[in-house]
Amino acid sequence: MHPILKLVSQRLALGLLLLLGASALIFGMTEALPGDAAQAVLGQSATPEALENLREEMGLNRPALTRYFEWLGGLVQGDLGQSLTNKLDIAESVGGRLSNTLFLAFWAAVISVPLAIFLGLLAVRYRNRWPDKLISAVTLTTISIPEFLIGYVLVYFVAVKLGMFSPLAMINDSMTLGQKLNSIALPVIVLTLVVLAHMMRMTRAAILNVMQSAYVETAELKGLTNFKIIYRHALPNAVAPIVNVVMLNLAYLVVGVVVVEVVFVYPGMGQYLVDHVTKRDVPVVLACGVIFAAIYIGLNMVADIVAILANPRLRHPK
Amino acid sequence: MNEQITHMTKEVTAGKLTRREFMGKAAALGVSAAMASTLFADAARAAGPKKGGDLKFGLQGGESTNSLDPATYASSVPFQNGKQFGDQLVEVAPDGSIEPRLAESVEGSADAKVWTFKLRQGVEFHNGKTMTSEDVLKTMERHSNEDSKSGALGIMKGIESMKADGDNFQVTLTEPNADLPYLMADYHLIVQPDGGMDNPGAGIGTGPYQLEVDEPGVRHVFKKFANHWNPDFGNFDSVEVVVINDATARTAALQSGQVHAINRVEPKVADLLGRAPNLTVHSTAGRGHYVFIMHCDTAPFDQNELRLALKHAINRQELVDKVLRGYGTIGNDMPINAAYPLFDGSIPQREFSLEKAAEHYKKSGHDGSPIILRVADGAFPGAVDAAALFQQTAAQAGIPLEIKREPNDGYWSEVWNVQPFCASYWGGRPVQDQMYATAYLSTADWNDTRFKVPAFDEMLFQARAELDNDKRKDIYSQMGHMVRDEGGLICPMFNDFVEGISNQLAGWESDPTQEMMNGNVSRKMWFA
Repeated sequence: MHPILKLVSQRLALGLLLLLGASALIFGMTEALPGDAAQAVLGQSATPEALENLREEMGLNRPALTRYFEWLGGLVQGDLGQSLTNKLDIAESVGGRLSNTLFLAFWAAVISVPLAIFLGLLAVRYRNRWPDKLISAVTLTTISIPEFLIGYVLVYFVAVKLGMFSPLAMINDSMTLGQKLNSIALPVIVLTLVVLAHMMRMTRAAILNVMQSAYVETAELKGLTNFKIIYRHALPNAVAPIVNVVMLNLAYLVVGVVVVEVVFVYPGMGQYLVDHVTKRDVPVVLACGVIFAAIYIGLNMVADIVAILANPRLRHPK
Repeated sequence: MNEQITHMTKEVTAGKLTRREFMGKAAALGVSAAMASTLFADAARAAGPKKGGDLKFGLQGGESTNSLDPATYASSVPFQNGKQFGDQLVEVAPDGSIEPRLAESVEGSADAKVWTFKLRQGVEFHNGKTMTSEDVLKTMERHSNEDSKSGALGIMKGIESMKADGDNFQVTLTEPNADLPYLMADYHLIVQPDGGMDNPGAGIGTGPYQLEVDEPGVRHVFKKFANHWNPDFGNFDSVEVVVINDATARTAALQSGQVHAINRVEPKVADLLGRAPNLTVHSTAGRGHYVFIMHCDTAPFDQNELRLALKHAINRQELVDKVLRGYGTIGNDMPINAAYPLFDGSIPQREFSLEKAAEHYKKSGHDGSPIILRVADGAFPGAVDAAALFQQTAAQAGIPLEIKREPNDGYWSEVWNVQPFCASYWGGRPVQDQMYATAYLSTADWNDTRFKVPAFDEMLFQARAELDNDKRKDIYSQMGHMVRDEGGLICPMFNDFVEGISNQLAGWESDPTQEMMNGNVSRKMWFA
């Protein structure tokens, strides 16, 4: 077996095991929270009688382990089950939310990743001169401001005062791609501002590290232009750490944007998950948790594999 | 100039001038935008309702866990959804009287024990079926039978039997109750085909709008139902309920014209928001109240002197000014205010008095150990601030209050109705009987102050059976006195419903029953 294939299959198997562990952990934690779905649904209006009826209907009277393994059995057969609270099919509702989340993450990534890397290269090219300082200052400022504040400021000035873009990033199936993009413009800008600095700084540091090498000096002596040296010789050798940080940020764009979702009323996974945690809707929490974990594990695996492929020494082990 | 304005408003009334044209011309005459807006709204109201347009709500109080099953409604968005696709038998009118809906009329027997609802004929469900008395009976059974998990279960308890009889639906009670029609106006009791026994969450009813898109926690879209029994209800082509739980996002959406009506405007921004030219902030006095509740049967609150000490130690006006920013009225330690029918306005207002507080505290003989008040932000907006203000004034009277912050999550199951002293809120009920029966009757499940006084219970039942309003008012007054002087309720304030409505809409009327004109915005308002 090719060593790369072997590595990938090993990682996949490990990933599945991790997922199983994550699901058990999530189940245990949700169970440990005070109250259950019946209580959360009825809230202040809970009478002991209504509570008992609802528990019976939701099947919460059965032991926790039974419920977990039933859920696991369903998952193996590709059945995520029904939400406890509103009886909707989980696969269907999660599917819609997930595609929204991926849509937003995709466009944020399309803009932020190339921009961050380009700014990183630019910063190296003009190291310690004003463009470098300006880029660092701006990106570090935007990463330091909480994302909800950037969101509110943009909503107020851009959407309410200037009337450009919409303050609500509501998207639905009946919209055209153009309408959808217009609608998510503000959250994409906010997310870009939030993730830019991390990736840009990492690119800059990784490339600067390589710039000390002897082969860069050789390239310089060959008379190559500064930018070409960075682009052709330094960047390929600095790919591993850059990919790592890019993947971390992509994972954040998918998994960690609930605050931005709330500010822009975006129908993504984050708010959906929070709602169901509050209502102790265990099957939905499990489904979301496993999807998030899978995305995290998957992206990290991609980062590792790319790092190995980018390094000839790791690609052809003795 | 006045003549020209008068002429223009006449043209608006005749439907010859649009809002945009009117505002333009008014501006040319030097009329301020806010003034012109008001003039236009008045003129448009005189013109009467117009049909058409797509209404958008931006509402707090929706989650992705919401269901369309009326039995599960407990927050604003489901409440509003129910009002779009459903009708109850009767509705509480803005003036507090009973208005017919699916029942044409309602009649009670002389002893107020048997109530007969004469049902409207030819009412069509959205699935094409015609409503029968069987559907009504099944609906009521679903909310009251043993398997019920309905939010209306509590109010259905006094029913002995129900029957469907041709065009009539009849309810027989175990005890007389003169307020039964008000109970039937509860927003959970939406008539569904076959009572919703087979698929309660289908969102099929007899309402003026029928369900088109149901994305819980995101949006709910309804389109006009052509065969609604009352052509006067529902002036819009479609209604969209957009869930916007974030207060800032909600106001931004209204300001930028993305939605036409928002609920729960934060009192601290209400004044500022009201200055925007394209919208109006409506403040409606309601029956909802923010409270601190003590268990009358748990030490140290089993001492009435201590309860009285705490009641005197709270500065009500300060709370209304600082927590509600003036969007509310002070409370009198009873759950009833002037918004209720048969309210006795002569009950003296309890005043803030450090001397009396100190005096009662001394009499109670409390050992001086800190009294723990549990509070969370979710108890009511500003609850933590209110508790801090309470702590300050109590300390001045020598009463040591200790505030314990609790998480929002799980507050209603772990703290409220469990711990002896905590912050809470009540949404209010249409009539006094229902409010007292829900939370002050000895046997009530939600008796969150553990107020158990047999004489009080007796008066409650006596008032129920009494059809003479003067005598009832007298009994309710005595009950009010009792709760105020002996109960475990510290009620510093009644909160207003504060809502933002676009000036494109006309036909607003204030309704104290529930927020957003008791859910009737889409039925009664129209695009001017």
